[in-house]
Amino acid sequence: MSDKKPLSDVERIKTESRQLRGTLSDSLVDRLTGAIAADDTQLSKFHGIYQQDDRDLRAERRKQMLEPAFSFMIRARIPGGRMTPDQWLAFDAIGREYANDSVRVTTRQAIQFHGVIKRELKTTMQAINASLLDTLAACGDVNRNVMAPANPALSPVHDAVQAAAKSLSDHLCPRTGAYHEVWLDGEKLDVGGEEVEPIYGKTYLPRKFKTGFVIPPDNDVDVYSQDLGFVAVVEDDQLAGFNVLVGGGMGMSHGEPATYPRLASTIGFCKPNAVNAVAEAVVTTQRDFGDRTNRKHARLKYTIDTHGVDWFRDQVNERLPTPLAPPRDVLFTHTGDRYGWHQSRDGSWNHTFFIENGRIRDTEDRALMTAFRTLAEQGIGEFILTPNQNVILAGLTDAERDAADALIEQYKLGSDSVSALRGASIACVGFPTCGLAMAESERYMPELVTHVDALLAKHGIADVPIVARMTGCPNGCARPYLAEIGLVGKAPGRYNLLLGAAFNGERMNRLYRENIDEAEILATLDALLGDFARERAAAEHFGDFLIRTGVIAYVGASDNFHVAAA
Amino acid sequence: MSTPASKIPPALPLATEQLDALTALGKSMRPEALLWSSGYLAGLAAATGSAVTAPDAPAATQTESDAQLTILYGSQTGNGQRLAEELAVQAAQRSVSARIVNMADYRAQEIKKETAVALIVSTHGEGDPPDDAEALYEYLHSDRAPKLASLNYTVLALGDSSYAQFCQTGIDFDERLAELGASRLHNRVDCDTDYAAAAEAWADATLTAANEHLGASSVRSVPTLHAVQSARYTAEHPLAAEVIVNQKITGRASTKDVRHVEFDLSGSGLEYQPGDALGVVVANPPVLVDEFCDVLSLDRDIDVDGTSLATLLSERFEITVASRAFVERYAELAGSDGLKALLADDAREQLVAYIADRQIIDIVREHPSSPDAARFVECLRPLKPRLYSIASSPLVSEDEVAVTVAAVRYEAFGRPHWGAASTHLADRTDVGDVLSVYVEANPRFRLPEDPAAAVIMIGPGTGVAPFRAFLEHRDATGASGKNWLFFGDRNSREDFLYQLDWARYRKRGLLTNMDVAFSRDQADKVYVQDRLREHAAELFAWLEEGAHIYVCGDASQMAPDVHEALLDVIAAGLGKGRDAAEDYLKTLRRAGRYQRDVY
Repeated sequence: MSDKKPLSDVERIKTESRQLRGTLSDSLVDRLTGAIAADDTQLSKFHGIYQQDDRDLRAERRKQMLEPAFSFMIRARIPGGRMTPDQWLAFDAIGREYANDSVRVTTRQAIQFHGVIKRELKTTMQAINASLLDTLAACGDVNRNVMAPANPALSPVHDAVQAAAKSLSDHLCPRTGAYHEVWLDGEKLDVGGEEVEPIYGKTYLPRKFKTGFVIPPDNDVDVYSQDLGFVAVVEDDQLAGFNVLVGGGMGMSHGEPATYPRLASTIGFCKPNAVNAVAEAVVTTQRDFGDRTNRKHARLKYTIDTHGVDWFRDQVNERLPTPLAPPRDVLFTHTGDRYGWHQSRDGSWNHTFFIENGRIRDTEDRALMTAFRTLAEQGIGEFILTPNQNVILAGLTDAERDAADALIEQYKLGSDSVSALRGASIACVGFPTCGLAMAESERYMPELVTHVDALLAKHGIADVPIVARMTGCPNGCARPYLAEIGLVGKAPGRYNLLLGAAFNGERMNRLYRENIDEAEILATLDALLGDFARERAAAEHFGDFLIRTGVIAYVGASDNFHVAAA
Repeated sequence: MSTPASKIPPALPLATEQLDALTALGKSMRPEALLWSSGYLAGLAAATGSAVTAPDAPAATQTESDAQLTILYGSQTGNGQRLAEELAVQAAQRSVSARIVNMADYRAQEIKKETAVALIVSTHGEGDPPDDAEALYEYLHSDRAPKLASLNYTVLALGDSSYAQFCQTGIDFDERLAELGASRLHNRVDCDTDYAAAAEAWADATLTAANEHLGASSVRSVPTLHAVQSARYTAEHPLAAEVIVNQKITGRASTKDVRHVEFDLSGSGLEYQPGDALGVVVANPPVLVDEFCDVLSLDRDIDVDGTSLATLLSERFEITVASRAFVERYAELAGSDGLKALLADDAREQLVAYIADRQIIDIVREHPSSPDAARFVECLRPLKPRLYSIASSPLVSEDEVAVTVAAVRYEAFGRPHWGAASTHLADRTDVGDVLSVYVEANPRFRLPEDPAAAVIMIGPGTGVAPFRAFLEHRDATGASGKNWLFFGDRNSREDFLYQLDWARYRKRGLLTNMDVAFSRDQADKVYVQDRLREHAAELFAWLEEGAHIYVCGDASQMAPDVHEALLDVIAAGLGKGRDAAEDYLKTLRRAGRYQRDVY
């Protein structure tokens, strides 16, 4: 950085924050506003808390001379998405008591609460803590919730990989006492005392950092979208080690070609016991070389593209006792979940439930929140949140499976009637709570899927799974650039349509139509799906078909996202 | 439409020929020439020592408007702010006096006083203004928008050409300002997502133009001439004033409907001071009039001394608030023994309670009769105008007056009930309607004469209204004294009246302290008096430094509770008993430092 651009303002906030304390404690007791101080809104993220407001009410309240209806989103850190039934019950109660009568499963295997008001924030945080989970580093410029393969039935090394994910989550967790101090009335830092963040240092990372583990052939965590990915290499049913991937990331900004989504690059292979060291080497390289002047150029992917993959591998190797070995061959087949019952090698059963866009609440049609509460009250098995915003109840005996089946029947939790498209679709939260949303997402996606399902039925391909994802803005929470049909919000009712990603998450899509409304989305898809139905090769996926037929020009390398599609 | 003649008030000290000549001359001149001439004429008037009363615009509003470039920005993403800041830096480098304001923090009415404005605004969604720009956008596009003949401006429009309505908000501002009579410093520049070069060129041209312009117009901010003679409006001779704002200011989920109502005073000469009340002539709810006719079995069109019964009940007579006089007369008319019993000497307390719980319609329903229309009307008192504390300062809202009205609606005796005046304003008045108003002076509720004196204001609910006027006034006059506001209501999210105003004043440091008590935010009910006690030591210190205390709002519960709390605060501060505290408060009251407007 020879040209000495000024640091971004968030860097100042972090520097002055006394290890993430800022003025949060003062903000919480300020009765004149439902908000926290502006600087604190940056720091609260490190504690897993986003300030939001009800955007449906924003204009109305401005006229009423009232401040926005502020509330807070709280995101828990749940490595690999594992929760005990008791933890589920605790979260269910928190959702009903302090949040908007729901819990939201995220695309990173965590749970979010929306609509928590400031004066109940601390109580809510203490309730989460009492469940033996926390929210530290669920957001912010740190390593966030570590993802791991969801379904235990699919691999003999599942437990070993989950253990590695949990270990890494602990290893990269910030050490600051601010969390205890602000939320749990923990002891105050001695005046003049300086805490040490051995990995992050005083100003943490330049930007958020996402890590995921995966076991091929399932690519449920979308490993190519992660800043740091570990791809399990299995030999003779044993975990031989991991391919190491770096520099994936989804976020971009409309109209700013210098920002782009990027697939992670494979830089080598490491043994299972080297995972934490490798991760630390990657994280500290990003800490030292990431761009702290421009938040839109600060993710690891830009650091790598600025310096080159080879340079980056050298940096990582320099920080390791043993350099990375050459990567092994791996094969991915798909990114989605496998619904219904599956049996693990130890004979235990798990059931994957379809949760539309991860939203668990009771509605007039279905008492979904009550259903899961009732399941959790049985005290059986373990709850696993999936990267596709679904829930698995795992580790059941035959008898427990029968008990669960009765409840599945009673509450209509089966996924048989869920279409192939709907089962493979995800959407981010969007309006009304997300401050970044430009268009509807979670509230609209179900309706759009119904329309597209009608097109698929018309063309006789209703049973072909197509990965469809929607986000209300270009930041990519639902990984829309890895969807065969990607919809990215531009304005209320208007989306960019992106097409041609691989079904297994190895190829991004490309912009096909910009800023179009529902009618145009459906007309465009109708024509393409018609072609697909007529000319599809055996078992060919929609994204692959569009590439093969040249509708989407495949440009190869991941760093050419903005090259025109056709 | 924009001729000066249309703005000249009726009591004009000019002959017709002079007016015509001036009008023609004005039309022929460019804005710079007009500005120069206005200064010239003002100087001439001063030099001849004429007895013309000084224009009554306040001193403070003039001092603020020393010629400078105001950089107004509004954007969702921060690009606008960045460009505005860059422009401000360059302005400083080129010695152009400039200030930078986020549109969200900008009082839209201020634009009348600007000489030069550089406006940076983005466009969102389908051609919509960004949140921060909405208030200014709406104000300029509303009927209330002022003429801006003395304004020079230029617009930098930020946008994204992939949207159909590219840079629409910037275009709207640009065109609207021109419509309002403002002149362009130079032409608008529309920027796409790669805006750097275009924005830079725009900034350069803006500063060059601003430099020339501001340099040339050292004389400015001569306020328009006002009618010298202030008109006198009274309850008997009220002003017909147009309602220009009628805005609910409680949230969607509030249990209350509180309105901010503004009336247009332009050209009227109506004057008021913070602390005064506005009398509003109102009519009774039509459904209630119908109900009376129904219950009394009277035809609404019956003629009583030349006027229909319905009109009398609607506009002339009080038909909501019951009184002893009504009970006396109606008891006689209806021949009701039950009512007569209530009038006995030993039933005094019962009668008070009876009246307090009931509106007139309830009494008539309980004691039905079929009287002659004229005789029933004789039981009633004339309908009086309602008084509302004024919630605006004339220094800030020169041509407007605002009041805060809580709509009274409730269920009793199985039927809906309405407050006559409050629902008249809340339910039956639209923007554009004309109501009769006058000012009821309240000389016993006045800001300290010494601008350095500290002010403690206690105003829960709509009692906060005069304190909005106080703070606007203290702000406009640059009063240096500290300000402490206590406010309370039910729920902070829904009932925080004028929350954005207080937030702005706190941010600017005008509000030194503010403490709030929302009774339903937590399990234990908390009221303003509790907050007073919590801050006893600091409050007493303020009093010792000479602070003035003001209390406004409910007389039956709040005012006595607050009085008790103040006695506690003072007793604690003095380290003495209640008697000493009472003496202390009495002394404050005699010195005019403890004033109450309770009702």
